[in-house]
Amino acid sequence: MSIDWKHYDVAGLYDEMIDSKGRPRPEARLLADYLATLDADELNQLKASADLAIKEMGVTFTVYSQEDGSIDRQWPFDIVPRVIAKREWDQVEAGLKQRVQALNLFIDDLYHDQKIVKDKIFPKALLSKSKNFRPQCVGMNPPLGIWAHICGSDLVRHSDGQMYVLEDNLRVPSGVSYLLENRQVMKRVFADLFGDCNIMPVDDYPSQLFDTLAALSPRPADYPQVVILTPGIYNSAYFEHAYLAQQMGCDLVEGRDLVVEADDCVYMKTISGLARVDVIYRRIDDLYLDPEAFNPDSALGVPGLMRAWIAGNVALANAPGAGVADDKVVYTYVPDIIRYYLDQAPIIPNVPTWRCMDDDARSYVLEHLDELVVKPANESGGYGMMIGPAATKKERAQFARLIKADPRNYIAQPTLNLSTVPTLVDGTLAPRHVDLRPFILSADQIQVTTGGLTRVALRKGSLVVNSSQGGGSKDTWIIDTEG
Amino acid sequence: MMLARVAENIYWMARYLERAEDLARLIKVNANLTLDLPKGLSPIWGQLIAITGAEDDYASRDYNEQSVLRFLICNQSPLSLLSCVSSARENARTVRDVMPREVWEAINTLFLQTRERQQQAISKRGRFDFLVSVIEQCQMIAGILAGTMNRDEGYTFLRIGRYLERADMTSRIIDIRSANLVPDATLTQTTYDNLQWMSVLKSLTGYQMYRLEMQTRIQRREVLRFLFQSQFFPRSIGHCMSRLQELLSTLPNHERVLVATHRIKRQLDNADLAKLKQTELQLFIDQLQVGFGGIHDDLVEVFFSGLGAAKTLHPAQHQEQTG
Repeated sequence: MSIDWKHYDVAGLYDEMIDSKGRPRPEARLLADYLATLDADELNQLKASADLAIKEMGVTFTVYSQEDGSIDRQWPFDIVPRVIAKREWDQVEAGLKQRVQALNLFIDDLYHDQKIVKDKIFPKALLSKSKNFRPQCVGMNPPLGIWAHICGSDLVRHSDGQMYVLEDNLRVPSGVSYLLENRQVMKRVFADLFGDCNIMPVDDYPSQLFDTLAALSPRPADYPQVVILTPGIYNSAYFEHAYLAQQMGCDLVEGRDLVVEADDCVYMKTISGLARVDVIYRRIDDLYLDPEAFNPDSALGVPGLMRAWIAGNVALANAPGAGVADDKVVYTYVPDIIRYYLDQAPIIPNVPTWRCMDDDARSYVLEHLDELVVKPANESGGYGMMIGPAATKKERAQFARLIKADPRNYIAQPTLNLSTVPTLVDGTLAPRHVDLRPFILSADQIQVTTGGLTRVALRKGSLVVNSSQGGGSKDTWIIDTEG
Repeated sequence: MMLARVAENIYWMARYLERAEDLARLIKVNANLTLDLPKGLSPIWGQLIAITGAEDDYASRDYNEQSVLRFLICNQSPLSLLSCVSSARENARTVRDVMPREVWEAINTLFLQTRERQQQAISKRGRFDFLVSVIEQCQMIAGILAGTMNRDEGYTFLRIGRYLERADMTSRIIDIRSANLVPDATLTQTTYDNLQWMSVLKSLTGYQMYRLEMQTRIQRREVLRFLFQSQFFPRSIGHCMSRLQELLSTLPNHERVLVATHRIKRQLDNADLAKLKQTELQLFIDQLQVGFGGIHDDLVEVFFSGLGAAKTLHPAQHQEQTG
């Protein structure tokens, strides 16, 4: 049986493909019409060929669990793409650029004069309790004044149809390789559709990333030595590290491949001895970067790396300390930060957020735990959070205790009705919730990926889209209906 | 200049792929040979365990076809076909960024299929297809590498790994296979001798090439000359050593490794194979294998340590060199 979109139940939510009257949105019409010609067998066949492509391409991610250690799982992928009209995307893109520009000015200010604190826009108390503020970085001038070169911001669309920023990932955001691989899979499986729809390409990212990194080189050279620093094959994002290195044609190094010599320069160990390194795209958290400066037990990092960075002999992307703005409490100040540094109104709004450190907000949150989503300030990957409506009484009581014990560490947000996209479930198409993670590159210019990584909660009604927690992903099509 | 660790991983990937392919060939030929031998000659399966050098890991006392095959194909020990393929994949995984993407995909497919079909490999009926497909996939991977990979240091280390492993496996096959299969008193000695030397050649896919190059019937002396000294047959130890000499001479700081390789090549060229009795032959092979181990150790020290020829590079010295 083929799907009749009139019987596709959007259930009062915002569906990205089908409007509330059961009609395909204009930018998704070709796709919706095509899907409507397919019966369950054909849909399952498409799904099977996509799964085979993923298996053959070796697209994997690693999951940790206490019972099994680390397991390499295949990337769960849904064949129905998420479509966004180019006109809307242009706005979102402008909003993301604005946001990252302001965040970089903010980080640079925090490590220098702290004008925003002096002008009482941002509270000093917050800074002194920040887990990701690095005193080692005070006074540092990274190349071009940029700290967060690669940013991944999570966007969600609420049932009001508006896109909101849910969080900004400024430490080591991952997912961009899946964005690129999803497109490769779709081109294999949906080859006939690509000719008809005006789908904007995504393949530029690796060269843009390379240009961004090369622009940071401390030595003026045509071919700066750029490397990606990975924690190794057991890291959940190792696939991505290898993928990006391959796409950019640069070396993928581990901490043990690098050494800082007495001249405060970084070298890598090659088959003919040591060779100087100019730029490191590090996919290791600050605290593991350099056992001399941070966690002395870290075997992942490179002793002396901070020394080399502060001496200006090597560029690190993202800069150590950039994570200070990757904090869910700091997030609540981003609209103020944009107004303060750029004197502009924010283009994409934040999700309304209660800061548990404010007394009024805290009592509201504690009274409404069953309606709200509570998140710790410094976790990522969906860990350590509570979704009120889905939580048990016991979990709510536990979070009440956690919030009271450390209010600075918690924020709360309304449970959003994330928008949905038709998703293949048991041979038929059913709505499932999605979010979107675009990536923003900053160096001598700011560039945004075309669309982003659409993550989908594969379980019915679930709002958790993280791949580590049972989510999958979709290709994202930015379609120009006017061109 | 290539990362030392990456060079090492490529080298190991190539070794494991070569080992997997050689193992598959060996098992396939052995299975065919069994069909020709008198009933009850089961030690022939035990020999395969000896070739992999895994006698100590083989727990069962029974050298019957089933349990030997299970050990050689599915075992968790680092010497089974499945482990070789899995190790090749693990090494490939860490160097995915320097190889054409199709190579990783092919190695990944090889691993997934080997794991999936291992039970089939044990059964008499499914075995042939299974082994042929492993060999074909290894050949395909070699073909993709040859057709798409840049001829850079990575490719050099890939070939170094392949030739060193191949030389080693060839020496193991000759070592075990040249021992007498049947008691001397047997009336049909000559027939089985021929079968035996033919199977040595076939284990190395060298039967046809032997005929072409040596222009003579199968006999011990000529087979040994062919397998140790031929410059034309790509699986002969002599050929492998010549390729190693060429490859090593293109790398920086190659002096020490190259000298070790020259030494083995000279031993090969000077050996009077016709005169070597069985025990002397085995002694000679032992010497060669020690030599292969020495080449490997030198490779690790000179290239894979990352410190170059001067093992402990003083920082000040380094500045002078680069300044």
